[in-house]
Amino acid sequence: MNPTLRGLDSGQLLLIAAAGLLAVAGVAHTAAVGLVQPEVAIGFGALIAVGELARLTMPGNREVAPIGAAAALGYTLLLDMSDEPLTHDAFQVVAVISAGMIAGALPHLAVGRPPRLDAVARRLLVGAMLAFAFRPLADTLYATTHSLDPTWWPALGVMVVLIAVTLLADVLVAAALRAEQVRTAFRVAVRDEINMAFPLGAAVAASGVLLALAAHSMDMVALLVFAAPLLVTQVAFRKYAGIRATYLQTVRALSRVTEVGGYVEPGHSRRVSKLAVAVGRELGMAEPELLDLEYAALMHDIGQLSLRDPIPSGATVLTDPQQARRIAELGAAVIKQTGVLDWVAELVRRQCDSVAEDPPLSSRVIKACNAYDDLVGGSTDRDRAHAALERIRLGVGTDYDPAVIEALARVVDRLTPLHRL
Amino acid sequence: MRELPWPARVYLVAVLTAATVLIARSDVPAAWDVLLVLGLLFLVCESMPTLLNVEQFAVSVSFSASLAAVVLVGAEGAALVGLTAVFSVRPGLPLVKRLFNGAQFAVCGYAAGWVYEQFGGVSGVPEVDEFDRLIGPYAAATAVFVPLNILLTLTMVKLATRGEVPLRGMGQFLLSYLGYGTFGLLVAGLWATVQSISAVLVLLPLFVARWAFGQYHAQQRSYDATIAALCQAVETKDYYTRGHCTRVSLASTMIAQEIGMGAERLRAIRYAGMLHDVGKLGVPTKVLQKDGPLTEEEFAAIQLHPMRGLEIVRGIDFLDEAFEGIMHHHERHDGKGYPMGLAGSEIPEFARIIAVADAFDSMTSVRSYRGARPVAEAVEELRKCAGTHFDPAMVDAFVRALERRPWQPPSRVVTVPDEATETAAKDHDDPTMPIEVLSGG
Repeated sequence: MNPTLRGLDSGQLLLIAAAGLLAVAGVAHTAAVGLVQPEVAIGFGALIAVGELARLTMPGNREVAPIGAAAALGYTLLLDMSDEPLTHDAFQVVAVISAGMIAGALPHLAVGRPPRLDAVARRLLVGAMLAFAFRPLADTLYATTHSLDPTWWPALGVMVVLIAVTLLADVLVAAALRAEQVRTAFRVAVRDEINMAFPLGAAVAASGVLLALAAHSMDMVALLVFAAPLLVTQVAFRKYAGIRATYLQTVRALSRVTEVGGYVEPGHSRRVSKLAVAVGRELGMAEPELLDLEYAALMHDIGQLSLRDPIPSGATVLTDPQQARRIAELGAAVIKQTGVLDWVAELVRRQCDSVAEDPPLSSRVIKACNAYDDLVGGSTDRDRAHAALERIRLGVGTDYDPAVIEALARVVDRLTPLHRL
Repeated sequence: MRELPWPARVYLVAVLTAATVLIARSDVPAAWDVLLVLGLLFLVCESMPTLLNVEQFAVSVSFSASLAAVVLVGAEGAALVGLTAVFSVRPGLPLVKRLFNGAQFAVCGYAAGWVYEQFGGVSGVPEVDEFDRLIGPYAAATAVFVPLNILLTLTMVKLATRGEVPLRGMGQFLLSYLGYGTFGLLVAGLWATVQSISAVLVLLPLFVARWAFGQYHAQQRSYDATIAALCQAVETKDYYTRGHCTRVSLASTMIAQEIGMGAERLRAIRYAGMLHDVGKLGVPTKVLQKDGPLTEEEFAAIQLHPMRGLEIVRGIDFLDEAFEGIMHHHERHDGKGYPMGLAGSEIPEFARIIAVADAFDSMTSVRSYRGARPVAEAVEELRKCAGTHFDPAMVDAFVRALERRPWQPPSRVVTVPDEATETAAKDHDDPTMPIEVLSGG
């Protein structure tokens, strides 16, 4: 299989295929009937290409292209250009969006940064969906804005309603894909996607409408002037996404100081955090909660740095409980120093608590995952995994939370390959 | 008002008078409804002014409402809209500042309106097809409003604080300010079509941007705190080196500023200084605690720490140039350093800076085998070693920076339990006490 297609699941493949077919249909239909008002199409296509070029990756590895999306939205919603009615149909909109996206993706491809196909497909499908809903109404709406008693309110209302519906559909598709991809509950995925998409979606929608209205009075100049507010938004989000990514990378990197210092087995913190996040998802945690969990899991052994001598190979499940508790306290004290990660510190502090002490769910997850990794190490051997799980199950109800252990068992089952004889 | 020096007071009264005269002798504009909406818009923007921060200036987009008023209701209207800054919802803003803000915005608005008319602009809600004719006069109005606004404000800052007005980053500031000016044009140009909704449509993306910038700044602060805490955690083992990473970070930044590094590289070197010794944990404690000369093997363990550090931080994308700084911070100018034995200009700039900062902090801090040295003595030592151990250019830059701003190491309170406190018998950073190695062992 093509390397960019490998690793895509069935839902993503379906989406990509649908978008591909649609793009072909749009281009073919437009080629057959001819491009209506080509200068407008080229102007907007260019802006879409610029937007695609300036795409950015939001936290959670979500690829977005706000400027391109707003330009596509604007082209869809155009009624007139300086009082001259525009009559492009939905197929032409699809063709312009496709062409713009391809043009904008080419420079990225040239330097070896291919776009995420499923994200591109979603952007195209969302644009197409709105186009097929709105374009048939365009003539009627144009008439209301240019009657004897011209009014823009009906057109504005239709635009807002249709955009809201389309954004909702987009969120649902994104959530369905994500649920399949990272194995989280659909309900949780919808909530995460709404939290992520809402601010940027609002900005894009407002800019799209603005662009369509601006074309009414400013013709193509609007394309340049309108881009200003959205450019500011884009810069802000790029910075935000950048620092979020750096933050995670830094905590991941620095969690390794305990390994370099010989306090824990190499790769221990990283494995525990991966496992903990997978278990957290299995338990239906939302993204902000998962981020705290990941940080806490990465730094769960940081307290060892404050010990005089490393505990041999750092296997905290095998050391005496008093010592383990001390490490947790010391680690929490280190994290508390940041002044901002108080909840993460709390999660680390309570990682040794028994069920009777009622620790937070994330602490229970860390306790279980830590114990599992101490017993198994980096091995993916199925027998060893089962032996470790059996041993951990002895402590269910006292040391470990039954629900967490069940989730852990399901995750481990997925991760360890079956023996093939 | 009492705490203001007298030139500032005179200036304040002058600006207030000018604004009062301008407003008093102008006729009340007829378009009250438009004025009301724009005034409200101005207030909303003025009340949340932290869209972009360049050093200590808070940029607000409120002035775009003034500029929209220039087009829609004329100079008098723009002055009135600017005056509403007095009522901005910013708790704790003293009355003097409110009065000054209102007055200077009124003066700027009036001046912009006057220029707008001089360039042939006609005030009033423009017709749909008039947009192209707005652009020229509007650009002229913006070109007057923005510099005037900055000039009036900076003069006040200068008079009131009697201090130096930082001009760093002013270019970017001016540019973004002019860019925001286009929003006023959008609001005015769309007014004929959808009236006040145009303001909402223009401002929505901006408020979202402001939210995102807010999130970014919060994350940035949180990130800085986290990286500092984690680096300090690495140092808790050795009582004497506590706070070393933050101090080296500070001194490195001072040198980098002195040699005129750009904002991005300053950021990188701040983190590089912070992270430079993160690989030290790989050095066994017994080596650090050993009295007397080290075996070659033990010294090799010490020499390995820059590589260990690099190995740890390699996964952090943005640090590119910082990696070199961390890896080579123990190279010497004469090529006798480690790990690669690079010399002179072969040593990356970041590493040359960190080397100076590192040695300086080591010398001015207490060690188990000696007390802290005074800054002057440490500087003398740096000078002595310039050309052999250190890059003379970096030493000079540091000396200049220290002359301008005396060394004030950040004091920190250690709250981490002292269980791990140990005292290393030697410090690999100290140039005055080189580590002795048993040769031929």
